[in-house]
Amino acid sequence: MNVNVDLTTVWAFIIAFAVFAYVVMDGFDLGIGILFPAFEAGPERDRAMNSIAPVWDGNETWLVLGGGGLFAAFPLAYAVILPATYPLVIAMLLGLVFRGVAFEYRWRDPSHRRFWDAAFTGGSLVAALAQGMTLGALLQGVDVTGRAYSGSWFDWLTPYTLLTGFGTVAGYALLGATWLVWKMEGPEQEHARRLAKVAAWATVLLMGVVSLYNLLLNAEYADRWLTAPEIYLAAPVPIVTAVLVIALLRALSRERHSKPFWLSISLFLMGMAGLGFTMWPYVVPPGITIWDAAAPERSQIFMLVGVAITMPLILIYTGWAYWVFRGKTSDEGYH
Amino acid sequence: MFDTADALVLARIQFAFTVSFHFIFPAFSIGLASYLAVLEGLWLKTGRQLYHDLFKYWLKIFAIAFAMGVVSGIVMSYQFGTNWSVFSDRAGPVVGPLMAYEVLTAFFLEAGFLGVMLFGMEKVGRRLHFAATLMVAVGTFISAFWILSVNSWMHTPAGFEMGANGQFLPGDSWLAIIFNPSFPYRLVHTVTAAYLTTAFVVGGVGAWHLLRDRANPHARKMFSMAMWMAALVAPVQIFLGDAQGLNTLEHQPQKVMAMEGHYESHPDGAPLYLFGIPNEKEQRLDYAVGIPKVSSLILEHSLDAPLAGLDTIPDDEQPPVSIVFWSFRVMVGIGFAMLGIGVWSLLARWRGRLYDWPLLHRFAVVMAPSGFAAVIAGWITTEVGRQPYVIYGLMRTADAASPLDAPAVGSSLLAFIVVYFAVFGVGVWYIMRLMSKSPQPGEVGVKRGDKGPIRTAGFTPGPTQNPGDGEKLPRGPHEASRER
Repeated sequence: MNVNVDLTTVWAFIIAFAVFAYVVMDGFDLGIGILFPAFEAGPERDRAMNSIAPVWDGNETWLVLGGGGLFAAFPLAYAVILPATYPLVIAMLLGLVFRGVAFEYRWRDPSHRRFWDAAFTGGSLVAALAQGMTLGALLQGVDVTGRAYSGSWFDWLTPYTLLTGFGTVAGYALLGATWLVWKMEGPEQEHARRLAKVAAWATVLLMGVVSLYNLLLNAEYADRWLTAPEIYLAAPVPIVTAVLVIALLRALSRERHSKPFWLSISLFLMGMAGLGFTMWPYVVPPGITIWDAAAPERSQIFMLVGVAITMPLILIYTGWAYWVFRGKTSDEGYH
Repeated sequence: MFDTADALVLARIQFAFTVSFHFIFPAFSIGLASYLAVLEGLWLKTGRQLYHDLFKYWLKIFAIAFAMGVVSGIVMSYQFGTNWSVFSDRAGPVVGPLMAYEVLTAFFLEAGFLGVMLFGMEKVGRRLHFAATLMVAVGTFISAFWILSVNSWMHTPAGFEMGANGQFLPGDSWLAIIFNPSFPYRLVHTVTAAYLTTAFVVGGVGAWHLLRDRANPHARKMFSMAMWMAALVAPVQIFLGDAQGLNTLEHQPQKVMAMEGHYESHPDGAPLYLFGIPNEKEQRLDYAVGIPKVSSLILEHSLDAPLAGLDTIPDDEQPPVSIVFWSFRVMVGIGFAMLGIGVWSLLARWRGRLYDWPLLHRFAVVMAPSGFAAVIAGWITTEVGRQPYVIYGLMRTADAASPLDAPAVGSSLLAFIVVYFAVFGVGVWYIMRLMSKSPQPGEVGVKRGDKGPIRTAGFTPGPTQNPGDGEKLPRGPHEASRER
């Protein structure tokens, strides 16, 4: 049993890693979709699209690993969360359909390019909102009876989940804008920088409101964040976050290229740390811990062997694919 | 107004609809990825421009099909949780890890190398680019390996133990789970089906352009390659299908009874029904036309072998016979039509008329989408044939569904239907439009616009990123300007 406890913890971290990788990587793809209407139709939009075209598919795969990993390592959590957030999940999937095909279709059919640009934006927005609201729905607690969801259809829809949804949209927009600051040049880079500043303020504001709301949401969350000895563990999160926010705003005013993007990712990392600190050890608050939901040891060990062998390879060739398309998104030969 | 039975029916329709739509794309892209690898390999080996032209011609089509496969596949990966959460909870410990392995070993591989395959020719050079193409092709195959392992396990569960809460737990050996009794048959039959499906699309497009210009060398090459596949692989596929049928008889006899329309038992040799209308109410085959004893000959390799019928199976364990009976006949009929055109092409080759026989070309055009129809009919046969079970003999489909109300499942079903027909309908139309253009020497894959990016052909962001043309083009100064 002792072994199982460790294994389960390892798996919780693996899933968290997959979700984090998804959030930052598809986050900037979706963010570019969210910001798309702000770009001028023509070269600016085309270049923004080109900057992610070779990598978006790999980025999205982390979502399949997050979901598939949850299914495999914590089947009970998977079986509760998806029915509990059913309309959100369906909306996210349909949003990703529009977003995904828009990459191909907008080039294919110039006469309907505006339509597919709108589908790209709409799909990205819906997917981001749905993901953020799913997180909120999980944090605010899910009704469970026996081994199944027992709430009603729209339990997930509350002011709190709307806030987490908008927060995610703002955060993805920040990632997308700072990615473009890195990949663009000249006036387009300046444009991305302006958008990034707006997105940064919106993200910081919403992150703050959601964090405070968390404390009101659930006495256990508040206890954890505000009483000793946990507070010593928790305190670095808001402090580091504040430092990162200041650094990000400075980097955005100082014509840095890649720095704002890395700082935005660090901001998300802090969000993730805070989230983990809030939820631990529950995978479905308030009732299901990671150990309640865990698959048997044999399943977890079997998969751990696969992760141990494939994950380094995946990271290597994913890194290589990014390396191949490094540098500013080229506009040579475009005119 | 609604009860749980409605929600169950709607969830089943939703799964059938989304999986049928989805499978069209991988069935095409598994074969097409391998075809692209062959074309690029031939180009590297022979240096013939023709192969490179064909590679670029089909790469454009592959890019669209692959995108549609990816987005519809993500829907599938979440459907287990949305509509079948009880199944997910109970079978997750066995099925989940196999699907996680699919993501780890296949999806990342395909997605990681797809970008390089589509955009990276001049950035990585020919050999590395070929390696990327190979990785994508291998990825599609590995994906088929895992997903068919999962699917087969649900048909012929093995290597598991029952745990608390009715959970299926892995037993001592994962190999027993992965290589469950029907898996090898299902895998080869399905992958071969994907290859044939692609071959008939390629052959149909080649034939279409031959009908317009029989001297077009690209159309000739496509048609010839596809007809070799039809001639060599269609008979193999019929043999593989027969092997899977025997395996099914061993493990899921009632499915075979439904496929063959055997309501009644035949103690001294069962007839092969060529036609008939299943009458589920009366439990008999109306207007049956059969050849005596041939079913026994095919299934037991003996004319007088007794075969049990559905009369030996309790009513609540019988699959819906009509659907299985008809879908099986559609699949087999198409299989023999494929064999027919393969044999015809050999005759045409022998008589030197392969590129000069309009009737053959017209038939090939008609047959172009036949692989999709056969693949879907085959899936319907096998999936409907295992009902009422989702895990054969152990867990009923009715017990697997999520605790959802019918309106929730119904509205999501409606949303899927509207979005899929609109989005994938448009995608298929774009593919058809690409196919209607004949492949040209020096196929560039880029349609030049007057202004703006020269990228209307799809995946090539411009001449600097046009697969294959890279060596000729100067590297832009911006490419050198890295992060300061």
